[in-house]
Amino acid sequence: MSSLGNIKTIAKRELHAYFSSPVAYVFIVIFLLLNGFFTFMVGGFWERGEASLTNSFFFWHPWFYLFLVPAVGMRLWADERRVGTLELLLTMPIAPWEAIAGKFIASWLFLGLALCLTFPVVLTVNYLGSPDNGVIFAGYVGSWLMAGAYLAVSCITSAITRSQVVSFIISVVVCLFLILAGFPPVINLLQNLAHNWQWPVNLIASFSVITHFDGFQKGVLDSRDVIFFLSVIGFSLFATSVILRTHRTT
Amino acid sequence: MIKVHDLTKHFGAKRAVDGISFAVERGEVLGFLGPNGAGKSTTMRMITGFIAPTSGSVTIGGFDMLENPIPAKKLVGYLPENAPAYTDMTVHGFLNFAAEIRGLRGDAKARAVHRAVEMCFLDSVLHQSVDTLSKGYRHRTCFAQSIIHDPDILVLDEPTDGLDPNQKHEVRQLIRKMGEKKAIIFSTHILEEVDAACSRAIIIDRGKIVANGTPSELRRKSEWAGAVTLRLNGVAPDTAREKLNRLRSTKKVTTESNGAHLIVTVFPRTAGDGDLTREVIAATNGWQIEELRTEDGRLDDVFRSITMPDTRN
Repeated sequence: MSSLGNIKTIAKRELHAYFSSPVAYVFIVIFLLLNGFFTFMVGGFWERGEASLTNSFFFWHPWFYLFLVPAVGMRLWADERRVGTLELLLTMPIAPWEAIAGKFIASWLFLGLALCLTFPVVLTVNYLGSPDNGVIFAGYVGSWLMAGAYLAVSCITSAITRSQVVSFIISVVVCLFLILAGFPPVINLLQNLAHNWQWPVNLIASFSVITHFDGFQKGVLDSRDVIFFLSVIGFSLFATSVILRTHRTT
Repeated sequence: MIKVHDLTKHFGAKRAVDGISFAVERGEVLGFLGPNGAGKSTTMRMITGFIAPTSGSVTIGGFDMLENPIPAKKLVGYLPENAPAYTDMTVHGFLNFAAEIRGLRGDAKARAVHRAVEMCFLDSVLHQSVDTLSKGYRHRTCFAQSIIHDPDILVLDEPTDGLDPNQKHEVRQLIRKMGEKKAIIFSTHILEEVDAACSRAIIIDRGKIVANGTPSELRRKSEWAGAVTLRLNGVAPDTAREKLNRLRSTKKVTTESNGAHLIVTVFPRTAGDGDLTREVIAATNGWQIEELRTEDGRLDDVFRSITMPDTRN
């Protein structure tokens, strides 16, 4: 059978697993509640008086994802190992990368679905004013890519351990680094420490999701930003495959 | 169909499997015996391609498991130890998934699922979630998964573990029946299963093969093989011992009083030629014999004497 068929079968099973447990529903409800609360109450959507979602809505996404995406990704491999189904999966006639891709795609689609369900915000801002919907679209694309990068990091941490809790904590810490590396207060601090040395600060900042998400929020679909997120995903999934192989050879 | 050559697996400094070689052909059911921790599961995991060997090779239907894993894995059905299954799925959903990943679609998939459900008696729990199943049903669900694509080769790690006696019987019958057309390896530590289902058995201990043969060949290695047991009336233990010990083929004699009876067991020097039985019958002429029996040999005795040589009396 084709690789595509295998990936589809795995992804279908994985998606099914999300929706047959409360995880999916709890996640979606919390994600939507947080979005609503932060956009309208904390983000000052009304006070701004501008027909835009940049500062009131997308601004919060890196922080929501920090906790929510590792919660989605933590079970991906940790649970397979704990229950023992990993042994079934990897003795089936499929390549390990197909299983990795299938599981990742399923979770990423699930995050995409949660993101799509925030559509009332878009309707609201369109009802109240005339926003640039191209900018909003770019924001959504960027947000989804960023969620994918976090998710891929969670894949690695999930493959490392049998315990979902350990996986969750490690991936939150790693994702926090990805945020803080580009967070203005942290960059200022680094600049003070580095004095006139600009390149180490830039290097660290270039690893940050915030730096790369910024463009999308402003409506700029820069290929470098897209490549950044895709390469984080690619690298993380490759690292996941190396970890899984290590478990099987030692 | 299955060729295992000089298979070795180290976990750190520990040699879990140490240079195992054997082959299984179509029509054979190979019983894999050994004490806990002997390396049975590790060997099976290498045969099915879940873990890679430190050295040695596994060839499945002509395909090397390391170099050509996908065509090799297509030929194999595998029931891992503890029968894992996706707990968040129904039995039907799980079997459909297994069929799909084996490349079955549409009608062929529906037929395969139906056949596996029938063979494993899963009808009554078909739409139940796996995590609500009893251990026996969960076990059979995973077993159904392993036969869903009607594979030429089956690798079953303790297929009767956790089943009740009726289910054990059913599974053994199933294995024996499927073994006529397939090559099957199954591991167990229940010795009666060897007689019930195997055409050949391998005993492994500390990662090495210590015995390999048909169940009756193995049984002949027991000191009980060819032993003669008598139940006597009105004979003193000393008299019996003295007389039977003098026979040419006797190795040793044990006696045990059981109420009015005396149970005497005469062990042979060499098993299986019937000399001892003839000599015992001749020597006991005139004694009041209630019962006389020639033993086949006991597998548990062989198993113990092979796998625990240090503690043998």
